[in-house]
Amino acid sequence: MNLIPLNHILIFSLALFGIGIYGILTRRNIIGILISIELVLNAANINLIAFSKTTSLSPETGLVFVLFVIAIAAITVAVGLAIVLALYRSRKTIFADEVHLLKW
Amino acid sequence: MVTADWIYLVPLFPLMAFVVNLLWGARFLKNKAAWVSIAASVAACAVALPICVKVFGGARFSNEFVWLTIGSGTLRFGYLVDPLSASLLSMVTIVGTLIQIYAAGYMAGDPRFSRFFAYVSLFMFAMLTLTIANNFILFFMAWEIMGLCSYLLIGFYFEKTSAAKAGFKAFLTTRVGDVGFLIGMLTLFATLGTLDFSEINSLLTGTSQARLGINTGLLAMSALCIFCGTIGKSAQFPLHVWLPDAMEGPTPVSALIHAATMVAAGVFLIARSFVIFMAVPGTMPVVTTIGCVTAFMAAFIALTQTDIKRILAYSTISQLGYMVTALGMQGLGAGTFHLITHAFFKALLFLAAGSVIHGTHVQDIRQMGGLFKKMPHTALTFIIASLALAGVPPLSGFWSKDEILLTAFASGHSLVFWTLLLTAFMTAFYMFRLVFMTFFGKARDPKVHAHESPALMTLPLWALAVGAILLGIPGSPMTHHWFQRFLAHAIHHPEYHPSTFVMTCSVVAAISGIALAGIIYLKNIHWAEAIAKTFRPLYQLSFNKFYFDEIYSRYIIRPFNAVGAIFFKFDASIIDGAVNGAGTGSLWIGAVKNWIDQHIVDGLVNFMGTFTRLLNSIVKRLQTGFVQNYLLIAFLSFLVFIIWELKLI
Repeated sequence: MNLIPLNHILIFSLALFGIGIYGILTRRNIIGILISIELVLNAANINLIAFSKTTSLSPETGLVFVLFVIAIAAITVAVGLAIVLALYRSRKTIFADEVHLLKW
Repeated sequence: MVTADWIYLVPLFPLMAFVVNLLWGARFLKNKAAWVSIAASVAACAVALPICVKVFGGARFSNEFVWLTIGSGTLRFGYLVDPLSASLLSMVTIVGTLIQIYAAGYMAGDPRFSRFFAYVSLFMFAMLTLTIANNFILFFMAWEIMGLCSYLLIGFYFEKTSAAKAGFKAFLTTRVGDVGFLIGMLTLFATLGTLDFSEINSLLTGTSQARLGINTGLLAMSALCIFCGTIGKSAQFPLHVWLPDAMEGPTPVSALIHAATMVAAGVFLIARSFVIFMAVPGTMPVVTTIGCVTAFMAAFIALTQTDIKRILAYSTISQLGYMVTALGMQGLGAGTFHLITHAFFKALLFLAAGSVIHGTHVQDIRQMGGLFKKMPHTALTFIIASLALAGVPPLSGFWSKDEILLTAFASGHSLVFWTLLLTAFMTAFYMFRLVFMTFFGKARDPKVHAHESPALMTLPLWALAVGAILLGIPGSPMTHHWFQRFLAHAIHHPEYHPSTFVMTCSVVAAISGIALAGIIYLKNIHWAEAIAKTFRPLYQLSFNKFYFDEIYSRYIIRPFNAVGAIFFKFDASIIDGAVNGAGTGSLWIGAVKNWIDQHIVDGLVNFMGTFTRLLNSIVKRLQTGFVQNYLLIAFLSFLVFIIWELKLI
């Protein structure tokens, strides 16, 4: 069986990560930002699986990490969406650039 | 039974009366204040007289206690009742009591009635303390309290400027003498090492061996300085100027202080320190000269005065001059004898004069006249006292004055003798000029309505009159000069046999003086003016009191004022200038410091703030509040970190 070379997978995950980061930094919509965060996390997941398949002595290690990451991502989204909901209720907006309470 | 130690009570009674009258007099006692003082005086009398009687019988009391210990030396206070102080003590208590009784009548209705009696009691306290003091320090303290009382009582009517000034003048003039006294006292202590009268006595009258170590020069100086005290207090030339002005005080005060007792303290001082003068015989002529000049000069001034009290004041000065002269001629007995008799008749004269003033409300004898019928008691007692003062036998003044004249005659001071005789003539003349103008002739001023004074005032007059008549007996030849012998127990001094020549001269002088006064002022009153015109310069000299006040004012007071003004200028310009300069300098330095504080210190602090703000305004731009900006920064930093760590560049 011919495996996809590691480098390709890494380049793919790098691309995914880059798209995710780009989304985080450019999206005004907080939900968009949350989705982009998911992309970043999934890029990391791909990396973990790729390394566990190719270089790890015990491939299960990477899978366990991935499961944790997915769980945490779910929690993140849950908390994030809750924040967005609360924000919307109080501020009537879900645009990140309209919420700059931390400004000087 | 009265024992000698009870003598402490004698000054204490008046002191208590003083305290009581001062504290409660004005509020509660009011008119009863007089009785407190009189009761205290009577009590003092009751204690003092039995003791004096014992002393007259030959006893001599002294006691002392340590008051203060300074280093190895002790300061002891105590009493000494010897013949000299016993004589004075009995005189002061009796005369003082009579005068206070009189004052209760004279001062009735005065708004400061109780204060008057408080002062008089304080004065009595001081005088009695002085009389029985056994050393110079206690003596000097009492002496100074009397000076204070004198000031307070002369200026008693302080609403009157003249009275306030007279009090001031008396205080300052006697002060000149007091400073001399103090110096003399200290010199004496330096010379002899003691100020106790008995010790001084035994030191100076002891054997020649004991006296070898004593510095005669210093002793002479101390004697003369002590004499300065007498000059001030007993109003001797040239410090006599205060006494006539002191007549501004109430008349009982004039009688008590300025005739009978306080001025006597000066003479008493010489008598007390007589051994010192005896030890340095060179000082005696000074005393005699001063006394003689005073006696003559004051009598001369009295010839032309017109104020009833002033005439008496000058007469007092003159008689004090007599006493001082007598003491200067070693006549301790004669001087002291005259002191005692004079106290009685001079107190009487003043009180009678006070009665006249009380009855007529005028003091100028030119406004009086024909008062004899209107105030018989006053007039009779006044005439008795005048006869005594003039030296008409057998009244007391004759015997004592005769003793002084005899001392002068027998000790060979012929110039002094003739001067004193002339003074005696003048005394008789001016006293009867006063008597004739006041009590005889026609009433000159129709506005004056005279009336006799109340019994409270006339009874003391008669009591004193009895003294003025009889007191000459103890010192007269009839009792073989008992009084003089009695005093001589203490100090040896020469005795003279009575001389008919001296007595004749004295009587002739007195009678001719009275006769001349009678001729001029009873029959030919216009002669007085004629005489005044003929001897104009002499008249002016006498009338203007030898220009003493003018001379003092021009040559002493004005230069002093000028010096004072210069010092004031110095003070105002230089000392004040320095102080003000210091102030201005401080202000200026303060201004500089203020500037530094405001601009440099505050500037630094403000700069810190401003600088921080400046930095802050730059840095705070990072704090956009946009989450994505932060993330971008974090991400970029992470990239930089990765690149840096992996050494990609």
